[in-house]
Amino acid sequence: MTAAAVAAGLPLATAATSEQVGSPAVNIGIFVAFVLVTLVIVFRASRNNKTAADYYAAGRSFTGPQNGTAIAGDYLSAASFLGIAGAIALNGYDGFLYSIGFLVAWLVALLLVAELLRNTGRFTMADVLSFRLRQRPVRMAAAISTLAVVFFYLLAQMAGAGGLVALLLGVTSTAGQGLVIAVVGALMILYVLVGGMKGTTWVQIIKAILLIAGSAVMALWVLAQFGFNLSDLLAGAVAAGGEGGEALIEPGKQYGVSALTQLDFISLALALVLGTAGLPHVLMRFYTVPTGQEARRSVVWAIWLIGIFYLITLVLGYGAGALVGPETIRSAPGGANSAAPLLAYELGGVVLLGFISAVAFATILAVVAGLTITAAASFAHDIYANVIKHGHVNPDGEVRVARITVVGIGLLAIAGGIFANGQNIAFLVALAFAVAASANLPTIIYSLFWRRFNTSGALWSMYGGLVSAIVLIVFSPVVSGKVDPVTGDSLSMIRDTAVDFAVFPLSNPGIVSIPLGFLLGALGTVLSRETPDLERFAQMEVRSLTGAGSEKATVH
Amino acid sequence: MSEALHTAETETDYQRVQRSQEFQELRSRFRRFVFPMTAFFLTWYFLYALLAAYAHDFMSIRVTGTITVGLLFGLGQFVTTFAITMIYARWANRRQDAVAERLREHIEKGEVR
Repeated sequence: MTAAAVAAGLPLATAATSEQVGSPAVNIGIFVAFVLVTLVIVFRASRNNKTAADYYAAGRSFTGPQNGTAIAGDYLSAASFLGIAGAIALNGYDGFLYSIGFLVAWLVALLLVAELLRNTGRFTMADVLSFRLRQRPVRMAAAISTLAVVFFYLLAQMAGAGGLVALLLGVTSTAGQGLVIAVVGALMILYVLVGGMKGTTWVQIIKAILLIAGSAVMALWVLAQFGFNLSDLLAGAVAAGGEGGEALIEPGKQYGVSALTQLDFISLALALVLGTAGLPHVLMRFYTVPTGQEARRSVVWAIWLIGIFYLITLVLGYGAGALVGPETIRSAPGGANSAAPLLAYELGGVVLLGFISAVAFATILAVVAGLTITAAASFAHDIYANVIKHGHVNPDGEVRVARITVVGIGLLAIAGGIFANGQNIAFLVALAFAVAASANLPTIIYSLFWRRFNTSGALWSMYGGLVSAIVLIVFSPVVSGKVDPVTGDSLSMIRDTAVDFAVFPLSNPGIVSIPLGFLLGALGTVLSRETPDLERFAQMEVRSLTGAGSEKATVH
Repeated sequence: MSEALHTAETETDYQRVQRSQEFQELRSRFRRFVFPMTAFFLTWYFLYALLAAYAHDFMSIRVTGTITVGLLFGLGQFVTTFAITMIYARWANRRQDAVAERLREHIEKGEVR
């Protein structure tokens, strides 16, 4: 009966009763309220958007705590909210592993990257990488890598929006979902076009507060039902899991199947922990504060907010397993992703579900806006102003190009989201992290810390890391040749099981491509005769550690 | 010696600061703090990841009720991450910021000799 309901695409049928869960009207109503409030704030915030520093970096006028909250809003995507809670509900402990990698990664950003980057750069990652190397080739490579990471991440977010629409708004027709994706994309274009980095930041701050507050209320609610005893909560999840429920509190339910999946897990763990500090949209957020010290405070705030949020998802995941039950979650449209919304309905009925649904939408909007402004800055500032125009362009012209790019990227995201709707795109986020860790992080670390590092090392590392990560993904089971042993269905992107060119056995390329990125950076440097520019290196090193000569906040 | 004299004439303010003892100390204090700390948290993280991937029996031991060793190790990663964050921020605020600030003012006012 339920299977039939799902096949027919009925919205949110539960296994027990097949009743309609929640009210799409309430969900949409709360989301519209969020959009109206944020639009007012974005328009008010945008009145001072004059210079390039205003548009790309919000005039560098946010405080550490504000920026830290915005970072949390930027980083906690729908995937980490709905995805991790669902993974814990269904796979138990193995779902928890993701959140640990996502959190520990912030220490790399805190200790090695955030302050130094803030002190040396202006708007983009390429500013730092090209500081003491040959400008145009390095900027071009950094911009290509930035655009690649942003594109993979963006596509994953937009395609996820389609599934969310089905789950939360009861829109099941492809055309209807396409329409909602287009509306979400159009809203995002409006925010970024009008509000620039300032507007984007406020959307992220508001969303982060709503998301963390809403999920904290849910977590306390869940814990209250188990007498605030974590052990009892886990016992509840084990009991609801029925046969094999014990596996929920042990590692290996998802990744312990074979030696290959174990290695895949290690590869994923590597990409997660090293990827974050190379994500261009995360790096760009450090430019929105006035000093390196404020960049440090931002990361401290971000780590606390993100860490607390992941502890909350642990409770929500096991809570959904215990109170909703894995069978119900599995059979709902959206599968694992429906764990948190179903739990919200179980606890607080229509209103709480509506709130959580609206927050999930706001999440997509806020993350996509952050990605778009990053891509626009990279194209306008790096490729247009510095590579094509050799730096001879007035700032107004550059910002105009950035705004045009925003519209272009927004339309691309809408088209990509509609095209990729329903596709198996989970690997795109893993790919974004793998590229960030393989192509960006080695060059960032080398250029900040290794005196001898030169242009050829940077190019080898960036292009080598980028190409190897993408090629390995293309020849991996996520693109072709992965077959469900039980049903015989394809689990890969290419649905035809006869097509199989997966010669690389792992789903995540990190374990190969990340060491390769570091190795190529070192080899390219050592094998080149280019001598490092010691004068620029002195300037970079002194600036990075003292903040001398760093970009100041604009005063209005 | 003659080479040192030659560079002293042509070098920039930034190079002069880079050569100064105060900056050298700032830099080596920074590196002595962040490099071992990075090595520590990465080792501890990968130890955890390897145990989760390969030592299922150990990680599945019940400590009390349904609380497993694996869960305590996982929560331990949160504890160390929060702790390292606060230790670093405190250290940087107290030990580095004043020195960095002084050097920055020297450079920006052009008082580097």
